[in-house]
Amino acid sequence: MRPIGTIEGKAYPLGRANIDTDIIIPAHWLKTITRDGLGKGAFETIRAEPGNVFDDARFAGAPILIAGENYGCGSSREHAAWAMADLGIRAVIAPSFSDIHSGNAFKNGILTVVLPQEQVDRLLEVAQELPITIDLEAQTVTTPYQDRFHFEIDPFRKDCLLKGLDEIGITMELDGAIAAYEAKAHGETPWVEGAAAA
Amino acid sequence: MATESAPRTLYEKIWDAHIVQQRDDGTALLYIDRHLVHEVTSPQAFDGLRAHGRKVRRPDLTLAVADHNIQTTARVDAAGHRLPVEDPESAQQLAALVKNTRDFGVEYIEDLAAEQGIVHVVGPEQAFTLPGTTVVCGDSHTASHGALGALAFGIGTSEVEHVLATQTLLLKRSKSLEVRVDGPLGPGVTPKDVALAIVAALGAGGGAGYVAEYTGSVFREMSIEGRLTVCNMSIEAGARAGLVAPDDATFAYLQGKPRAPKDAAWDEAVAYWRSLATDAGATYDKVVTIDAATIVPLVTWGTSPDDSVPITGTVPDPASFADPSRRAAAEKSLAYMGLTPGQRMQDVTVDRIFIGSCTNSRIEDLRAAAAIARGRHIASNVKQALVVPGSGLVKRQAEAEGLDRIFIEAGFEWREPGCSMCLAMNPDKVPAGERCASTSNRNFVGRQGPGARTHLLSPAMAAAAAVTGKLTDVRDISVREIA
Repeated sequence: MRPIGTIEGKAYPLGRANIDTDIIIPAHWLKTITRDGLGKGAFETIRAEPGNVFDDARFAGAPILIAGENYGCGSSREHAAWAMADLGIRAVIAPSFSDIHSGNAFKNGILTVVLPQEQVDRLLEVAQELPITIDLEAQTVTTPYQDRFHFEIDPFRKDCLLKGLDEIGITMELDGAIAAYEAKAHGETPWVEGAAAA
Repeated sequence: MATESAPRTLYEKIWDAHIVQQRDDGTALLYIDRHLVHEVTSPQAFDGLRAHGRKVRRPDLTLAVADHNIQTTARVDAAGHRLPVEDPESAQQLAALVKNTRDFGVEYIEDLAAEQGIVHVVGPEQAFTLPGTTVVCGDSHTASHGALGALAFGIGTSEVEHVLATQTLLLKRSKSLEVRVDGPLGPGVTPKDVALAIVAALGAGGGAGYVAEYTGSVFREMSIEGRLTVCNMSIEAGARAGLVAPDDATFAYLQGKPRAPKDAAWDEAVAYWRSLATDAGATYDKVVTIDAATIVPLVTWGTSPDDSVPITGTVPDPASFADPSRRAAAEKSLAYMGLTPGQRMQDVTVDRIFIGSCTNSRIEDLRAAAAIARGRHIASNVKQALVVPGSGLVKRQAEAEGLDRIFIEAGFEWREPGCSMCLAMNPDKVPAGERCASTSNRNFVGRQGPGARTHLLSPAMAAAAAVTGKLTDVRDISVREIA
């Protein structure tokens, strides 16, 4: 995954709450067997609305999306993160995220930034005209108006995003610990090993 | 040992028993006992393994079945020849699952097998899901399996790949939430109504960051099928997992199922499963209590699963929402749904009926719907009424009980198992502008097809809507003997 340091640029000021992953990428786009090319289906139902932020020339190619609470709720489809990445989105700022979607975004090098609603509202206002800067190392979101908002991030996620680490590769190095767990735990609960039909 | 003897919740006990490695940053590498795989969220994961030359670490703890894309019309012709999947993209995705499971040595329940069905119906029915295990699947409704006392949650495709390669996930422990519902349920109130009431009480994002445990007399007395319905919709309140402590009903449900432990192993397993219940004195991070007597048959009016009202109620006025973003969302929802504030829910006519999905496609759901449908006929304004059993085994059981005849005589279509009209990935879709009374779990914009309007409700209420042609209070319709 591509390392993230600083993300600077225009932001789509979407603002709405409860943006579910069916909105981010409708189901008929889910029949693909690759991760590529989903940007053209991203936010399809919103893009059917006249004057939507995604087709507004002011925000064309924006690397940041600003949304309302509970962003990415609903289906676990990682296609939502792939569609956002394909659209060029590298960070989403919202008051809260669904657990599954924020994990999916992270695995695809998309930073999810949680800020209080009033700070999100301020960024929505600034984003109408000006770019926004997210500094992952410093954990700040700043604007040309000298706004400076601090955000929290899980230290492991921060490290992976900064370095662009392959999580599976890291875990595979722990194979000995995994095998030791299996030997011990499944000695105590042997039926767990019997998943196959008798 | 002091920490081990401290009272723990069901969630904490399962979590602790699966830690491979605890890290200083608060995350843990957690062992995954059961991995269910379906065709939509797995192709890119298998490709990822190929790209890195990796194997599936525990194919024997992995089970695959196709459900999302698969057609629910006949799969073989009268001569027994396989009928093609018409949509080439669906066919490609289904074929990829067959190839991937073969290449990586994973068991695949073949599409013509009686055991085929919706992944969240198949897991419990096969006793692939067991109490105290960790269960994952690339599908948010994996929360369902918590009904058996398993810690079960949906994951994304990168996590599917991680589990395939390592049989583990790196996770941060969630906060614990107790949802307690005590007291007798009123007439016509089903597990689906309990689920909708919980989602409304918590809000669509209220459970985010939590694992819910459902406690209280309502769940103790609820069937396993009913618990599956409630746990299924945990994610509609944002909770990644929902749990019910395993009890005698759980053990009775599992005993003798194909993959359940047998003989001495069964007794040993039951003794262990009994020890999992939340200890007296254990505390939750948050507690929500609901008085069962306040729950009535519910129906959704909007485009979020927490947008429900009593069937006897009216469409809310967006102006009644104090929060400006809720108000704006309600205005958008009503425009999409074609409803006006103050309109009686029971005056809303419906075009289609869908009885099925991982929420409500089990045998009890079909019995409840058949008890309303028996001796009646779908209304003339209803263009289509589908009954889609959750698995081939549910279908077989229903047919043995004569439920298929009841539905067919009432004008319903009796289909093959699959996700069907829940999510618009297969030929079963609701056309734009049409209104569907649906037993599924999501009323999102476009969920059942672009422009489709969804009203979530219980199987009995869906059958009632089918026979009257409009949203109907099931308590006004007499229930009939089905056998």
